[in-house]
Amino acid sequence: MPKLEDYKGQSPAWCPGCGDFGILTAFKNAVVELGLEPWQFIVVSGIGQAGKFPHYLKCNTFNGLHGRTLPPATGMRLSNHEMLVIAVAGDGDCYGEGGNHLIHAIRRNINVKLFVHDNHIYGLTKGQASPTSMEGMVTKTQPFGVLSEPLSPLAFAVALDCSFVARGFSADIGRLKELIKEAIRHKGFSLVDILQPCVTFNKLNTYEWYKQRVYHIEPGYDPYDRQAAFGRALEWGEKIPLGIIYRNDRPILEERVPVIKDAPLVRQPFDPALPGLRAKVASALKGFY
Amino acid sequence: MGLGYTIKIGGEAGQGLQTIGDALSHVFTRAGFNVFTYQDYESRIRGGHNFTQIRFSDAPALSPRERVDILVALDRESIPRHEAELSEAGIAVYDSASLKQKYEKENFFDIPIENLALEHGGSKLMANTVATGAVLGILGMGLDILSGIIRDAFGRKGEDVVNANLRAAGAGHEFARKGCLKCAFTLPKAGAGKMLMAGNEAVALGALASGLKFYAAYPMTPSTGIMLYAAGKAKDFGVVVEQAEDEIAAINMALGASFAGVRAMTGTATGGFSLMVEGLSLAGMTETPVVIAVGQRPAPATGLPTRTEQADLLFVCHAAHGEFPRVVFAPGTPEQAFYLTNKAFDLAEKYQIPAFILTDQHLADSQWSCDGLDLSRLRYNDYRLRGDAFKGLKEYKRHAFTETGVSPLAVPGDAPYLVVTDSDEHDEEGHIIEDAATRIKMVEKRLLRKLPLIKKEISPPLLYGSEKPDVVLVGWGSTYGVLKEAVDELSKGKSIAMLHFTEVCPFPEDAGYLGLLNKARLAIAVENNATGQFARLMRAETGFEFQAKVNRFDGRPFALETLIAELNAEIGRL
Repeated sequence: MPKLEDYKGQSPAWCPGCGDFGILTAFKNAVVELGLEPWQFIVVSGIGQAGKFPHYLKCNTFNGLHGRTLPPATGMRLSNHEMLVIAVAGDGDCYGEGGNHLIHAIRRNINVKLFVHDNHIYGLTKGQASPTSMEGMVTKTQPFGVLSEPLSPLAFAVALDCSFVARGFSADIGRLKELIKEAIRHKGFSLVDILQPCVTFNKLNTYEWYKQRVYHIEPGYDPYDRQAAFGRALEWGEKIPLGIIYRNDRPILEERVPVIKDAPLVRQPFDPALPGLRAKVASALKGFY
Repeated sequence: MGLGYTIKIGGEAGQGLQTIGDALSHVFTRAGFNVFTYQDYESRIRGGHNFTQIRFSDAPALSPRERVDILVALDRESIPRHEAELSEAGIAVYDSASLKQKYEKENFFDIPIENLALEHGGSKLMANTVATGAVLGILGMGLDILSGIIRDAFGRKGEDVVNANLRAAGAGHEFARKGCLKCAFTLPKAGAGKMLMAGNEAVALGALASGLKFYAAYPMTPSTGIMLYAAGKAKDFGVVVEQAEDEIAAINMALGASFAGVRAMTGTATGGFSLMVEGLSLAGMTETPVVIAVGQRPAPATGLPTRTEQADLLFVCHAAHGEFPRVVFAPGTPEQAFYLTNKAFDLAEKYQIPAFILTDQHLADSQWSCDGLDLSRLRYNDYRLRGDAFKGLKEYKRHAFTETGVSPLAVPGDAPYLVVTDSDEHDEEGHIIEDAATRIKMVEKRLLRKLPLIKKEISPPLLYGSEKPDVVLVGWGSTYGVLKEAVDELSKGKSIAMLHFTEVCPFPEDAGYLGLLNKARLAIAVENNATGQFARLMRAETGFEFQAKVNRFDGRPFALETLIAELNAEIGRL
């Protein structure tokens, strides 16, 4: 059985008090409780403070480009759907630079688990507005305040019929851990947007600000009710819901690609199949006569 | 030069030019002739003016000709556009009823194509079959091969459809045989049946033959044909072909698939490749093998979307931020494309680098006949660390320092060791670092140690023609055929040779070609671009400076007649 010590990675370069620490702790506890060994999954991350996440764990890691966590994750799942693939991104990474990929990952329903560290600000580049920054927030690059309406990632995901949509809060490690576990157990593309205060640059959405507003979705709420979910996803401001907002049981892409029905691509014989491969090529060549 | 003819079919998009062209070219290849076909089409689905051109010969037919022997005009526009191209004994075929125009000229042959289609095939849809039969009648060829092709093509639709097509072909054939008093074509001697293949198909088949497992792409002319072929064979070969939301996703998906342990590829046009370059740099940094097929077309920006150019050699050789090794292959024929795609996979996997197949619209879409492909020439080594071999290690570091710079590339999940890589500079384990010493060692490993080894893998250019030439024509990529034919033509009176480069990056080491060029009285760089990019690359890599350049940048491939005139003008200045 895996232990917490197995997941001791490099020492984090995050600011003291960063919300990312809570996510890291919750994640480690979640994978340990799920009995996952570090080599049994891949974490794909982008660039930003969240991008460093897999280095502070121990796991198979593909730390790629800014905004591009979901495409490599999709390629990995299509090549090896027996491997758990987790994508970790920030709000700028996933909702800004890589927004297009999010749309299409949801459409494909590729069985990737996406955890977004959503601090409503750009941290690594020192304090510019992100797609989720609230209207009016003044930054050095938005001196007149943010003039665009913030993206509501959860409403967006529900609108696209995303298979699993949830919101966590980095200061509530216990419940966040349970959400992460639930997302990993769910079959289907899963988006968990994690509210995460940036103690250095975001003076608006602070721990205190969140603590006055967040609440846990009541038992008895039906996450399969898409219309209700849409209403819940739009809640922001005075009351901010935490928990599983929406889920459905759409089939995943990996189950719909006939070529990988019997075995993942990576398990399909390689070298020993050479004569077989030659025969196939020879037969394909006949089509050119 | 051999005996042969060129047939041009002109008409609007959607009129079935390609159907006629495909049928004819397969008749000719099955009959054992050498065939070259090429299409000139506009960026639209219906209307406009397009043509398809088929050249067949008893000698190698490698490039387009300007002289046309049979012009099939499916629209009125074809006449003014192409009439002047007709050879002395050339014939223009048309249907006065459907063109609503009668031409009272000796070499114009009016065939009631639509009426014959209705009468004998029962539908106007048979017009293409009538026209195909008519062309064979004009040439004095029989219908046996066409009948076989019709049975192959329509057999699945039932006996009625087959018979209707056979009757339609017969009607066109007979009308032409009896009615064409001016027709006097002598058929060249046939050889053994040949295969006919386009560049895109050759790249796709080369990839499948190399163990391709994952292909992601966003459709873009002229590279879509690769995805089409691969998708058509996905089930047979066990390949996942995923249409990505954009080219950025396509290359990143391919990198993810490769990281997970399979051979992966993406393909695009140069415009789409512009979007991929950050991903290319990621492949360089993470040492993730990937094969990238890039089809050039005239640019900047959208340019001439359906036409050809060789203006992205320097872009592809130098694209992306930072310094990392890559290979770039620019095949000149489908045959070369097949083998070079295989070599690209082998080198990409062996050195964990990006490997390019650089084509252009001319190579991608044109079809060349060939005698067959030698599958025993294929390289197929699995360089990855899998299963028990991975499990048997004592420790594992994805980016371990080694003599060759090549670190073991393991399949994540096959053993309890972690596979870690990063787009940030990293240490041997793959974790982010900032210190100068590790950075230096990593650059040495990733780039400086590998480069000389990769360079050794690169083949020298192909010399064709005189071994001590006065004049050397130098080209790369799709100009292979036209240059070779130009050498054949000009050899009659001159000491001339072609030096053709297919492996352009790393630039091939001098295996004597510089001596040959220096001894020649005139070296001419022939390129389908405005500035002579290969000439510049060659000067940068070897110091050699061309005395003359012949460039074409109107979006069209070189045709033999005009190229020879331009070459003669350069040679005349000697």
